[in-house]
Amino acid sequence: MKPLVSIEDLRVAFGGVPVLRGVDIALQKGEAVGLVGESGSGKSVTWLAALGLLPRHAQVSGSVRLDGRQILGAPANELDHVRGGRIAMIFQDPASALNPVLTIRRQLCEALALHRDLQGNAVKAEARRLLDLVGIPDAGRRLEAYPHEFSGGQVQRIMIAMALAGNPDLLIADEPTTALDATIQAQILELLSTVRRELGMAMVLISHDLGVVAENCDRVAVMYAGRIVEQAPSNQLFADPVHPYAQGLIGALPPLDGPRRRLTAIPGTVPDPAHMPGGCAFAPRCALVADACGLAAPTLAPIADDRSVACVQAEASRRAVLGIAAE
Amino acid sequence: MSPPLVEVSAISRTYAMRSGMFGRAAAVHAVDGVSLTIARGQTLGLVGESGSGKSTTGRIVLGLEPPDSGEVRFDGKPMAAPGTTAWRAQRARMQMIFQDPLGALDRRLPVAAQIREPLDIHDIGTPAVREERVRELLRAVELTPAHGARYPGALSGGQRQRIVLARALATKPDFLVCDEPVSALDVSIQAQVVNLLCDLQAQLSLTLLFISHDLRVVRQISNVVAVMYLGRIVEIGSADDLFARPEHPYTQALVSASPAPGRRSAGRIVLSGDPPNPAARPAGCAFHPRCPSAIARCKSEVPALETVGGDRQVACHLVTGAATRDAA
Repeated sequence: MKPLVSIEDLRVAFGGVPVLRGVDIALQKGEAVGLVGESGSGKSVTWLAALGLLPRHAQVSGSVRLDGRQILGAPANELDHVRGGRIAMIFQDPASALNPVLTIRRQLCEALALHRDLQGNAVKAEARRLLDLVGIPDAGRRLEAYPHEFSGGQVQRIMIAMALAGNPDLLIADEPTTALDATIQAQILELLSTVRRELGMAMVLISHDLGVVAENCDRVAVMYAGRIVEQAPSNQLFADPVHPYAQGLIGALPPLDGPRRRLTAIPGTVPDPAHMPGGCAFAPRCALVADACGLAAPTLAPIADDRSVACVQAEASRRAVLGIAAE
Repeated sequence: MSPPLVEVSAISRTYAMRSGMFGRAAAVHAVDGVSLTIARGQTLGLVGESGSGKSTTGRIVLGLEPPDSGEVRFDGKPMAAPGTTAWRAQRARMQMIFQDPLGALDRRLPVAAQIREPLDIHDIGTPAVREERVRELLRAVELTPAHGARYPGALSGGQRQRIVLARALATKPDFLVCDEPVSALDVSIQAQVVNLLCDLQAQLSLTLLFISHDLRVVRQISNVVAVMYLGRIVEIGSADDLFARPEHPYTQALVSASPAPGRRSAGRIVLSGDPPNPAARPAGCAFHPRCPSAIARCKSEVPALETVGGDRQVACHLVTGAATRDAA
């Protein structure tokens, strides 16, 4: 099956400092993919770069294809159709994404006018339908309200409604629930999964919260220092992480039930992008580090169906295990 | 058995809040009749969503603001009047750690000087002793004297929070209030700080009030956990037991809302409605408009916190009133 979006060797640098160092990821139609990693790992930059949303001084290279068509560096009029129309994005801080002095109706209708061929009353009816869809009670009347009249959870619902205005094939949700309380987070995640099921839309869920990603995505990619270090189906990644960084992230998460154990903290901190270590970027913090790790940065290599990992050590030991099993 | 280090009895705090420029002032009951005790060397975790009053409770317990009613006793004695010598002595024994270490540190001072400040303020030791104590504190939080010479801007988030922790420990306090101390940190760094806090607590037999919205972190560090909703404690019990068998419908929803790897969202309790507005507190049980199992009584009668077995206390008509439950 041809992927909906395929990103190959995407690189981004700011002022000569590389922040994204070769990302490859592909998405099928209707698929939910999670992107996890710590701050600065390049989760958001990947998609901002793909959609041409980075400031002009960013140096971007690589390839981003949507239905086989190259969109990286595409002219603005072509991108205008892609952004919001084919691929929509929602952010962590919904309140700052809305204009405080315009009613919700004005802002929703603006999105509809841009991406849909609707006129007059049909626009308003559609805006109302979208608000209904995302679970804003009394949608007809609430259309005339301003952003400050809604709670944080409701504002995120409105952002989702605006994102859906263009009937996108892919929704990029960048930390959509990080600023929300636990019970509201549960509501928004449920809304996203319902909408996705009903509209058959693909989703990229960017989050630092492993639990959120595990529960809502089919497949997960773990990012570290501007690269994807492991890619696997969600259940496999969390049951059996292979990359030492993925293992570390999961070990650092306190359990909610069962016996308490000492957390396995990853020592040290994320490397400074301007002083990236030669070889594997995780090597200075890695417990399994060997001489080979300092030689060259490992590339993402398949270790099983649907699974790949960028680690010299893990790949070798996995292959050995699989080789023995096959005999 | 020694008496608890911290005893909080029925504290309340109300703020006047104006809605809009010409709006009428409304009373916001940030904290409403909260009672807690924390035994020496133990950790009490306080969880709840924004606006539940957990931070205000922390501030009152520490004496940073006075309660409107109720009393806080520290080491058997009531809190001294602010500004007195007794108050200063008491304050040296209790310290606070906030969520944002960069906001809590002065960007223009090397961090070692900031760790030293409490020693100067409380006039502890000679200058040489103070220097030695700063080095000792840096070691205790697993940093080097070289880190001490840096400015906050030159340290990572995790290192800054260690500096804040070192400064809080400078006066050898007995009691620490930690308000969301690891919420701003990345997972791997969060684990470092949580482990460090657990180690230091064991070494120095610290008593902690640990405030967080993150149930996982709270469970990791706490002996006892209290759940707050709109200024009141709705459930309190030992940490493992509370999260394994939550009794209050709100605690059940909170535990169920906490995402876990390997568990798909099937069977999740998703509460309807928005987080409550503390200025418009519902009558009766404050949780009833969002409660999936509310009955008529919940709308009119405020449930009291009652013991339901062991060390668990719950404020819910459905849990405490078995007769009512049968009727429902």
